Amino acid sequence: MPSRTQRIDRLAELVAARREDGEGRGVWREAFARMRRDPMAITGAAIVGVFLLVAVLGELIAPYSPTAQTWGAEVFPNRNVFVGPRAENWLGLDNLGRDQFSRMVIGARQTLLVGVVAAGLGFTAGALLGGVSGAAHTLGGRAGRRIDTVLMRFTDMMLALPTLLLAVSIAALLGQGLTTVMVAVGAAQIPIFARLLRGAMIAQGSRDYVLAARALGARRRRIALAHILPNSMGPVLVQLTLSLATAIIDAAALSYLGLGNPDPSVPEWGTMLADAQRFLGGAPQLAVFPALAIIVTALGFTLMGEAMRESLDPRLRN
Amino acid sequence: MTRSPLLDVDELSVAFTRRRRRDVQAVDRISFSLREGRITGLVGESGCGKSVTSLALMGLLPARGVRVGGTARFRLGGGDEVDLLALPAARLRDLRGSEIAMVFQDPLSSLNPVVPIGRQVAEVLTRHRGLKGAAARGQAAELLARVGIPDPGRRLREYPHELSGGMRQRALIAMAVACRPRLLIADEPTTALDVTIQAQILELLAGLVAEEGTALLMITHDLGVVAGLCDEINVLYSGRTVEGAARHELFAAPTHPYTAGLLGSIPRLDAPRDEPLTPIRGTVDDAIGWDDGCAFAPRCDRFAEDCLGGPPPMRERRAGHRFRCLHPTEPAPGEESEGR
Repeated sequence: MPSRTQRIDRLAELVAARREDGEGRGVWREAFARMRRDPMAITGAAIVGVFLLVAVLGELIAPYSPTAQTWGAEVFPNRNVFVGPRAENWLGLDNLGRDQFSRMVIGARQTLLVGVVAAGLGFTAGALLGGVSGAAHTLGGRAGRRIDTVLMRFTDMMLALPTLLLAVSIAALLGQGLTTVMVAVGAAQIPIFARLLRGAMIAQGSRDYVLAARALGARRRRIALAHILPNSMGPVLVQLTLSLATAIIDAAALSYLGLGNPDPSVPEWGTMLADAQRFLGGAPQLAVFPALAIIVTALGFTLMGEAMRESLDPRLRN
Repeated sequence: MTRSPLLDVDELSVAFTRRRRRDVQAVDRISFSLREGRITGLVGESGCGKSVTSLALMGLLPARGVRVGGTARFRLGGGDEVDLLALPAARLRDLRGSEIAMVFQDPLSSLNPVVPIGRQVAEVLTRHRGLKGAAARGQAAELLARVGIPDPGRRLREYPHELSGGMRQRALIAMAVACRPRLLIADEPTTALDVTIQAQILELLAGLVAEEGTALLMITHDLGVVAGLCDEINVLYSGRTVEGAARHELFAAPTHPYTAGLLGSIPRLDAPRDEPLTPIRGTVDDAIGWDDGCAFAPRCDRFAEDCLGGPPPMRERRAGHRFRCLHPTEPAPGEESEGR
């Protein structure tokens, strides 16, 4: 049985340790600390991590060239002769006798790149639009509300078009290519981000701390940038993670529709999926693997996004 | 009193306009004045127009759907007088935080949750004093120490949620007094705090007023706060002043039945244990406006026919003690007691 003084010392130690631990911890760092203990976040991060690693290392992992038709003599698509997974080729051969696994590995970079760039594009443009709109609405008075109305009717128009249709129209305007896919998929995300950030900013705009900042004479630009915006970013960043998943799927869909990169030497999961549909009867594995890869990557991003949202939710905090 | 008051509010009115419906008269021609080094209380229950009054003086009411009337003459540091209610927005913005500051009710929601305390205090100094970087931080630490926050160096780096309620309110007060404003408005500054902390915060405010000569407008529903702190008290009911007097005068001779009712509804230590508290009946009701008669009439024990015969005029009991009632609980000097 420890003595009374010992117990008090121990208590003091614990309190001190907690102090150190908690010192200067912002909302984001606390959210991150919570996410580290969340199995959903860990799973999501692991999946995303593995795919990112594959995308970066690409050539180092792929056992063969993705374009060499090394085993061309073994595959006869028109006679329905295909080679499935085997020791030499883990995921089998495609219709031209190329190693499917190598193509998947190399394709990861392309696919993730499209997803990340597209989501980033949508985020940047959408946040800009929504940020201006939200700030104008909250602090701009009568003229600000007008600006907000104009900008929001514009995003409503974009939102009224189905995402894929919008992407296809943009792709049709810009012509086939990788940039097209990125721009098209990114543009489709703009209204979502814009609406979300604007809504969050307006909600924050009526909070007491904004009134308190105004009572201290803070200028409007400062209130918007230093007070309202940082408090409104939570849902938008969550949406960014979730958008990465949809962007990858959308990009794959565009490639599948033949609007993606026309260069056959650069494999991409969506294009692979599109190519595979001709041989779905004879070689379903050619469609299954790219499809699985797309699904799992999207799942990884979604899990991360969901975990982030939960960890930022004030109702679940502590 | 030789000097003119620091702030002279004359017939301040605030009405919220509604579409196709009668306007809501939140504040109806109230007048009071604030002097340097004095604490003036604005007392009343929820919905009587206390907070709207403070927001109107600060120019923080929304621009749309609000009609503000009257004048609020404020004497600037240089001696010039301005009408706070007629000042252009940019001018007012420069005054807010430097000459006039405000402490809000709920310290947690009045602080930005994602910005460390130190930066929030420094922001005021940057805005009005042009202090930057280390200078602003040093000044912020001094301010925190001044309002009684121990270990200010560390507290500067902490976020609002890491501070206790009392600490947060102290931090908010530090922000409000950062530029040594000459007028401080405190809107229910102790409502969100527990009783021991309340006393500390009130003491802090009283100390700041005594040292700096700030004029403090104390808005509260708590007569206990008023009793311990204020020099002068205005009791509001449904947007109008019903009684105004110096503290001792008001507590010694509450003249309006509403004031008397408020005093009767709080427990006192010196009262016999079995003496029942007498609550005021009903709730604030805007069905009877002041135009029809006394708005307090439906809840009043001293109600009589003539109470609804038009708005009761403001009368003086003696110099500096105003009340608005036809049947006061304390007879005005020279009038017969009604003996009820």
